[in-house]
Amino acid sequence: MISDNPYLPWEAEIVERTQETPDIFTWKLRLTDPEVARHYRFRHGQFNMLYLFGVGDVAISVMSGDEEFLWHTIRAVGRVTRAMMELPVGACIGLRGPYGNAWPLEQAKGRDVVFVTAGLGCAPVTSSVKYVIAHRQEYGRLVIMQSVRHRHEGLWEPQYDAWRSLPDTQVLLTASRDKTRWPNWELGRVSVLLDKADYDKQNCVVMMCGPDAMMQDTASTIAALGVPAQDIYLSLERNMQCAIGHCGHCQLGGSFVCKDGPVFAWPQVEAAMSVKGF
Amino acid sequence: MNETRYLPRTALGLLIEAIQDGGYRVIGPRPEIGQGGLAFREISGVEDLPQGVVDHQSPGRYRLEGSGSARNFSWANTASAIKPYVFAPREKLWRVVRKEGRLSFESMQHELQKTAILGVRACDLAALAIQDAHFLEATYRDPYYKARREKLLLVAVNCSHAAATCFCASTGDGPEVVSGFDILLDELDEGFLLRTGTTRGAVIVADLPCEPASSEQIRQAWDQLQHCREQQRALPPASELAGFADKLDDPRWAEIAERCLACGNCTAVCPTCFCHREFDSPALDGVSTERWRDADSCFNADHSYIAGQIVHPGTRERYRQWMTHKLLSWTEQYGRTGCTGCGRCITWCPAGIDFAEEANIILAKKGAAT
Amino acid sequence: MDVRPRVAIHKFASCSGCQLAFVNMGTDLIELSRLVEIVHMAEVGHIASDEEEVDIAFIEGSITTPHDVDRLKRIRAHSSYLITMGACATSGGIQALRNHADSAEWMRSIYAKPEYIHSLSTSAAIANHVKVDFELWGCPVSVRQMLGAVRSFLFGVAPQVLGEKVCQECKRRGNNCILVTQGQACMGPVTRTGCGALCPSFGAPCYTCYGPAESTNASSFGQCLMGLGLDSDQVARKFASINNAAPAFSEATQMFSGKTWMEE
Repeated sequence: MISDNPYLPWEAEIVERTQETPDIFTWKLRLTDPEVARHYRFRHGQFNMLYLFGVGDVAISVMSGDEEFLWHTIRAVGRVTRAMMELPVGACIGLRGPYGNAWPLEQAKGRDVVFVTAGLGCAPVTSSVKYVIAHRQEYGRLVIMQSVRHRHEGLWEPQYDAWRSLPDTQVLLTASRDKTRWPNWELGRVSVLLDKADYDKQNCVVMMCGPDAMMQDTASTIAALGVPAQDIYLSLERNMQCAIGHCGHCQLGGSFVCKDGPVFAWPQVEAAMSVKGF
Repeated sequence: MNETRYLPRTALGLLIEAIQDGGYRVIGPRPEIGQGGLAFREISGVEDLPQGVVDHQSPGRYRLEGSGSARNFSWANTASAIKPYVFAPREKLWRVVRKEGRLSFESMQHELQKTAILGVRACDLAALAIQDAHFLEATYRDPYYKARREKLLLVAVNCSHAAATCFCASTGDGPEVVSGFDILLDELDEGFLLRTGTTRGAVIVADLPCEPASSEQIRQAWDQLQHCREQQRALPPASELAGFADKLDDPRWAEIAERCLACGNCTAVCPTCFCHREFDSPALDGVSTERWRDADSCFNADHSYIAGQIVHPGTRERYRQWMTHKLLSWTEQYGRTGCTGCGRCITWCPAGIDFAEEANIILAKKGAAT
Repeated sequence: MDVRPRVAIHKFASCSGCQLAFVNMGTDLIELSRLVEIVHMAEVGHIASDEEEVDIAFIEGSITTPHDVDRLKRIRAHSSYLITMGACATSGGIQALRNHADSAEWMRSIYAKPEYIHSLSTSAAIANHVKVDFELWGCPVSVRQMLGAVRSFLFGVAPQVLGEKVCQECKRRGNNCILVTQGQACMGPVTRTGCGALCPSFGAPCYTCYGPAESTNASSFGQCLMGLGLDSDQVARKFASINNAAPAFSEATQMFSGKTWMEE
């Protein structure tokens, strides 16, 4: 049943789970109420609130989804997510959403598309990358940059390899703390990839997801390279509890990250992000 | 409906009875015996109201004093506004039961009584409109706030004295009540001027023994309000508040943080603060759990917690968040500031930090941080 | 086979008031005994050796004798999870006031044969001697807090920690602040939440049962108290209470005390 109470979750079942790394796992979820499942539609870049019985909930971006299932990739880092990692297939959780705005995939049509991610920031753009690939003829070049600390912490390397073989597509990976340089990998932070990326600076849309500091650095760098600031987008993470702009925790200046974001054009947040602790 | 009438003091009890007859519980200002000060509590009649009581407020201090007058509303404001009667400081949101691994979620339906609040001030009505914008007028409506709000009857009373901490004249929210009320009173020595703002209000007062108000009575009420406009404190004009954007690294924030206790009293008494945290309260047997929310404060570490990081790590950043949200970012969010000049954050700050004065000090300094 | 988690409740130097949070659970105690096996709780008669393997050891009381230290280390070695409950175990308790005194001199002045007393010169928190997995503050801890903690452990998660001040809970209860209305020296603005603002709800000032809150500004608050008419020594004594050895409060005590505060 669809309630008029926006705080009330629906039941979702864990249909499959994949342990990606020692602390990252992916759930394939199914909304158990057919009416809810029929009405549920997400846009690329939105997030859900996932609720663990008796413990609490967390905001997690939709990694991927189809008519029947939703995929979420989660790092076990806090009280709720660590306990979530222990749940077996068949267990039920609460889910409500989708919340927030989406990546500017419409606006990017006819232009080069550049994804820059770090760590688990790769998950919130995955469905968008797949969308661009599925609608390849509508977009220009596709450049995908992903940075991790160690190669063995990286997710979905076979998928990146598959993307690399597509036409007009460039995939750049880097490991910032590895000593050994592996084939198809660079050593260093995202900045080492920016030099190698080949795209039309005047006619592109850049979408970023990662830690605040990485996104700030990257946005400033690529803006200096000539990409118009309003074509640079980033997805922010803040404390989210209600996800509908009521609880107040996610505010960044005048924005509620949960409803005005999580995706912002760089000029919208540049000033606020540049003030330490704001 | 806008006609001003005169209600003799002896008929105030009849007004309360008429409201009660309308099916409302009546909340009014009551002297708090154990704790001191006034608070909005349920009253049964005129005898529960303060009489001849004047408040003296200053940073970190609130005292009541008897004046010997017959007036019931000769104080400036109560410790909390009417916020707890719409945005409950603790509220059960939903419940979930786990049976054989399946979860069934149930929304909480609260049985709510119709509630009238007597003695509402202009600043509090302005704050209510601000909270309405937050909880009711966006994409998602808060069902709990909405249910309470719809059951509310507002009997406003214009101020007859401003506390030293009041600065509503500078925010444009007082001292005169101009909208948002069902019934509006001006208290004079012998009785009350009475107006109604809604049909519901008009129905309630229909049978009261009112007389036409004399021009002398109307003049007295006007003089009284004029007197309240002379306030000791003022915020900088709204047109200057955008200047906070250039003051985010001002050294004054750190100076305030040396005094600030980060106790959150200011946010708790602020009539517009809306932050709340959600938490689970599971039954011991692990079969069911309730989801609750508590009023929260931007002075708490967990307010800005994200995995491995506190976005506002210290009191300096938290005080800056509190003030710049009220005076800068609120305008971006809702088209006006989040401050109605009630002065509670000044009075109820144990450290006596003066919000209005600090805002003036920070904005008065030219240019960015030096 | 019994698959219930095994729980032990151990007592060191304390008044036993925190163990009462278990006894006072009412019918929840019956539910609790269904969910966990209480293998040791001297107060109600279950006695097991310190070397009994347990999943969770709850520790009440502070460490005041050499024998305590040995016993605590044995308990730690045989517990997968160790939780302190209450002010004594978490910060050393009221008895930590002796840490500033000449305890040998005290013993000589009280006992005819002080050589029979084997006591450390200090009262220390459990964490001063062994690794503590979780701390429950309070004097005593509350039943609600214990139930919440036990339930969290059964769900396999750490209990939620709230570091906010008593003031916020006091305001949620709709109280008027007695510091502001009456000038009472209420310690709410520096004290951790958890009691439900019990004292101020009855018009009595908070006296720091739940220890320092996070982001405690003791130096400013001490100045506020002096503004209410307390002298510097009186301010020091306000901090030197149930959680006097908690770092934020012991520093505040030092800050406001003359040298004389322990001597009367």
